[in-house]
Amino acid sequence: MDAIILQLLNGLDKGSAYALIALGLSLIFGTLGVVNFAHGALFMIGAFCAVTLNKLFSLSTVTIDPTKKDFLGNPLQVKTPYLESWFGDFGAGLMDWSVPLSILFSIPIMLAIGFVMERGLIKHFYKRPHADQILVTFGLAIVLQEIVKAFYGANPISTPAPDLLKGSLDFGIILGFDPNAVIYPAWRFVYFLFAAVIIGGVFAFLQFTTFGMVVRAGMADRETVGLLGINIDRRFTIMFGLAAAVAGMAGVMYAPINSPNYHMGMDFLVLSFVVVVVGGMGSLTGAVAAGFLLGILESFASMNEVKSFFQSIMLPSIDQIIIYLVAVIILLTRPRGLMGRKGVMED
Amino acid sequence: MSATVKDNDRLLLTVFVILVLAGPIVLAPIGASYPDLLQRFAIYGVFAIGFNILFGLTGYLSFGHAAFLGVGSYAAVWMFKLLNYNVIPALVLAVVVSAVFALVIGYVSLRRSGIYFSILTLAFAQMMYNLAYSVLTPITNGETGLQVYTDDPQWLQTAGSPTTTNLFGIRMNEVFWKPEFLGFEAQFNYGYYFAAVFLILAFYIALRIFRSPFGMMLRAVKSNQNRMGYTGLNPRPYTLAAFVISGMYAGLAGGLLACMDPLAGAERMQWTASGEVVLMTILGGAGTLLGPVLGAGFIKYLEAIFSKVNETVLQDWFSFMPDWMGDALSFVISPFVGEGWHLTLGALFMAIVIFLPGGLIDGARQLGRWIGGGFGGGDRKPAHSPVPAE
Repeated sequence: MDAIILQLLNGLDKGSAYALIALGLSLIFGTLGVVNFAHGALFMIGAFCAVTLNKLFSLSTVTIDPTKKDFLGNPLQVKTPYLESWFGDFGAGLMDWSVPLSILFSIPIMLAIGFVMERGLIKHFYKRPHADQILVTFGLAIVLQEIVKAFYGANPISTPAPDLLKGSLDFGIILGFDPNAVIYPAWRFVYFLFAAVIIGGVFAFLQFTTFGMVVRAGMADRETVGLLGINIDRRFTIMFGLAAAVAGMAGVMYAPINSPNYHMGMDFLVLSFVVVVVGGMGSLTGAVAAGFLLGILESFASMNEVKSFFQSIMLPSIDQIIIYLVAVIILLTRPRGLMGRKGVMED
Repeated sequence: MSATVKDNDRLLLTVFVILVLAGPIVLAPIGASYPDLLQRFAIYGVFAIGFNILFGLTGYLSFGHAAFLGVGSYAAVWMFKLLNYNVIPALVLAVVVSAVFALVIGYVSLRRSGIYFSILTLAFAQMMYNLAYSVLTPITNGETGLQVYTDDPQWLQTAGSPTTTNLFGIRMNEVFWKPEFLGFEAQFNYGYYFAAVFLILAFYIALRIFRSPFGMMLRAVKSNQNRMGYTGLNPRPYTLAAFVISGMYAGLAGGLLACMDPLAGAERMQWTASGEVVLMTILGGAGTLLGPVLGAGFIKYLEAIFSKVNETVLQDWFSFMPDWMGDALSFVISPFVGEGWHLTLGALFMAIVIFLPGGLIDGARQLGRWIGGGFGGGDRKPAHSPVPAE
């Protein structure tokens, strides 16, 4: 039982990332009818927002302390971050909490990137064939990725979580098993809670605000909403910005789990596409549900018992391909995905 | 009318064959006449022609064609490991294996069209990449890549036969003639001509497919599937056939890559490689006969040039300018060259899709019409339009 709960928890953090990216993809697809191959790059840029803020906070003055020596025998260089010298303990706290603070830092950046992308590029592609939309966003993804690589290099940059959340939670005690039976890193749990809040927020925004109502109406029938004298294009642009911000925040919070590198976006994008297809194109609930489902499935497939079973039938490391296999089976049995509606993307 | 089309095709084919056979000389003035690059022109030409049969005719955009290229390479290297360095069995197995893979993947992916299809092929390619990279390490040798070792069985290897890839004794990597041509060095090697034969063959088959009733069916799939269904025709077998054919082309290209250099690695199957062949095809002009070959050559040439350039080369180029100007120029250009070649590729990708969706061939045709119109030719079609307008 405890092993199962552990795998369930393990699946949640990856599932959260899939769900957040897939939610953004579905939002963009549902509103604008565009498949955004650059969405993974937005996730990656979000993660690099965290890296940037972390670097900005740790800008330091270097003073040489002649009384001490470092291991090479040279005078020791003491680095004092500006923040610490200006604000003392408060500055040190700021540095420690740089990743959560990056959320605030990333929102305006991601919104701006989203607006520029939609107004500057994607707007011109609504009337072009889907193949062209895929190709141009694919090209954009490569460009964004290479720009980040040019600035930050090809190596992963580790971005630590705050000290307070670095440890692990003992779910064994919380849930009444033996202590130490279910140990789970605290930050991953934070990530799951964060994703739940964001997903809930997006759904509440669409469900309970007038703006959300108009957007939902626009998703159902864009033309009629336009005829009612509502500027639906502007609202869809804002939704694109929102989707970009969701992907960016997902990336920011993912930075401590996996050190950001320039190609993390594309790795996630392919899986998120599978998630969207499994969930059913155009269905927001489907995307979120499929995200968690596939994340958990992946983590169960990496259990040793499951692995050794598949090893015996000549399929070692099933966890690497389980998602694709499941996607193929689901598409063969339910071609529209789990929650896909009739009439969406049938051409 | 049909007689002119046939004459045009014959002319096109003749010109193509002459240009390909004279490749080392034609390409010498632009510094591209060395075996490695020439072979890549021919091989990626085959790859792009095959991709164009699917994308150009049916409009189905596959994002996973590199998977078949990789499968072909692995199959070929296995033949080298098991039999001997003769390239014929290797190519046969490469084509057969990739056809089987294409049949399975195509059968599943073609259940959906449009974006779904692109995403499915992308997912399959990524799965194959993961399989090759880690899961099936006993078969693919994982991260290291598959290569021939001295303790491999090589059952047909006799004492006298060559220890590099060869066609019944003709070594692929042998340069047999190295003339000076107008002050440029041209290198003729067997590997290029071996690949060139396949390029010509691939081009000829593509030409026949384009002009056949089967080709018309594929075009019908692109222009209106519903109407095709109403006429009582099932589009699925036609698209599946096109998918398998283009998969076989990709497998052949992969096998040829292994023939030139008996190595196979998982990175050949990555999504960037799939994206590259899409770019080659749309750059040249999807749905045109010559376009993909042109696009493949263009991309591979740019790649060879751009990845070679570095800071020192740039400074050398701009040495005739005032220092500040040279520095400024090399500062602007340096992110795009050498390591940054992929940035150029991405930017080129976007530029082509945005400004020239018809590709180079279409651009040239528009230019031709514009010039023709300027000289009072009206809307007269260019006299020697080798490719019929789509």
